Amino acid sequence: MEETKAIIEAIIFASEAPISVDKIREVLSNVEKTEIARHLQDLVAEYENRWGGFLLQEVAGGFQFRTRPDLSSWMTKLMRGKPAMMSHAAMETLAVIAYKQPVVKSEVDRIRGVDVGSSLKSLLEKKLVRIMGRKDVPGKPIMYGTTKKFLEVFNLKDLSELPTLKELKDLQEGT
Amino acid sequence: MGYEVKLDIFEGPLDLLLYLIKKNEIDIYDIPIALITEQYLEHLEMMRYLNLDVAGEYLLLASTLIHIKSKMLLPAQEEGDEENEEEEDPRAELVKQLLDYQIFKDAAMQLEQRPLLERDIFIRGHSVEQQDAETGINETDMELSVFELVEAFYRIFSAAGQKELMEIDVEKMSLTDRINEIMERLSEKKKLTFAELLGDYSDRRMILYTFLALLELMKLRMIRVYQASSFGVIRVVLAAEI
Repeated sequence: MEETKAIIEAIIFASEAPISVDKIREVLSNVEKTEIARHLQDLVAEYENRWGGFLLQEVAGGFQFRTRPDLSSWMTKLMRGKPAMMSHAAMETLAVIAYKQPVVKSEVDRIRGVDVGSSLKSLLEKKLVRIMGRKDVPGKPIMYGTTKKFLEVFNLKDLSELPTLKELKDLQEGT
Repeated sequence: MGYEVKLDIFEGPLDLLLYLIKKNEIDIYDIPIALITEQYLEHLEMMRYLNLDVAGEYLLLASTLIHIKSKMLLPAQEEGDEENEEEEDPRAELVKQLLDYQIFKDAAMQLEQRPLLERDIFIRGHSVEQQDAETGINETDMELSVFELVEAFYRIFSAAGQKELMEIDVEKMSLTDRINEIMERLSEKKKLTFAELLGDYSDRRMILYTFLALLELMKLRMIRVYQASSFGVIRVVLAAEI
């Protein structure tokens, strides 16, 4: 294995959070970004082909080793706990925020047809949602958006990986 | 704790309405308002009968439905009335709202089907949740705020006050000593309850110092304090090793 690729692998292995190409480049300053990206692709493919217990995945703008989804039942046994489930209400609120961000609470209320106060609070506590600022209208209401942790938890590279609203609409009309 | 029947079948009035439309196999663009309103109100009645909390939003939509129904009962505009010829269907706004909601309901479902961290996928190392499992703390335990700790302290303090005796020769103790003592005991046992920390001491000074030490340690983020329910056992855990 090439030395550079080995170094990249080591960096990812040792880092706690998904690590970005830029961050890897801080260590490998003499290596071109494109080369790092190429090595990363190689590594992703290698783990994919190996089909072992974990994969190298691109998530939340970085790379991270993650266990294979189909092994979840064994992993939850290890964790000795029930997986943290989110209520449907919280999921719906999260979906509206993810697609409409930055969005004010009254808009989320309107779309869901209920007061989303409590689910919004739990999403903020879980750090899946954050305050993005205030809207420049009378009353200056707070605007909400999703966090990096949202991407990590939902296994997303970035927000563009979500199906678009148009795609969802088409899907709906298809059924 | 008593059992509470939770029947949150519907995520809100729009969800209920969508359910009724689907159940009756109705074209969403041509909702028979009279029928749907009737069924909607029946469901509200049933929910109330089951002792479910019928939130105000349900009632608001009920009144919207009735409003639309009455509007539709009015005779159509006269032909000569050119300006109002293209008057909007009174249902239009509601239909738009329903379609919007449906999209996000689907979006939520799609999100939920993704492989989720700590449900389907796991990362290396000890996550906070896992550490909590090791220390025997459930996810349902709430992390305590200072206020709840103050309350708990007040209860113990007032209980101790009843058997207070006059004592002149108070052993000298400092807050630093108490902090060190607590940290020492915690590093031995990993977790302790508030009562265990106090031990048999019931004198006010000791309780006070223990309390102040805990507050200080919480502030320094060296410990974490949990409680499963109000008035439940308070558990103190070392915050290190995260």
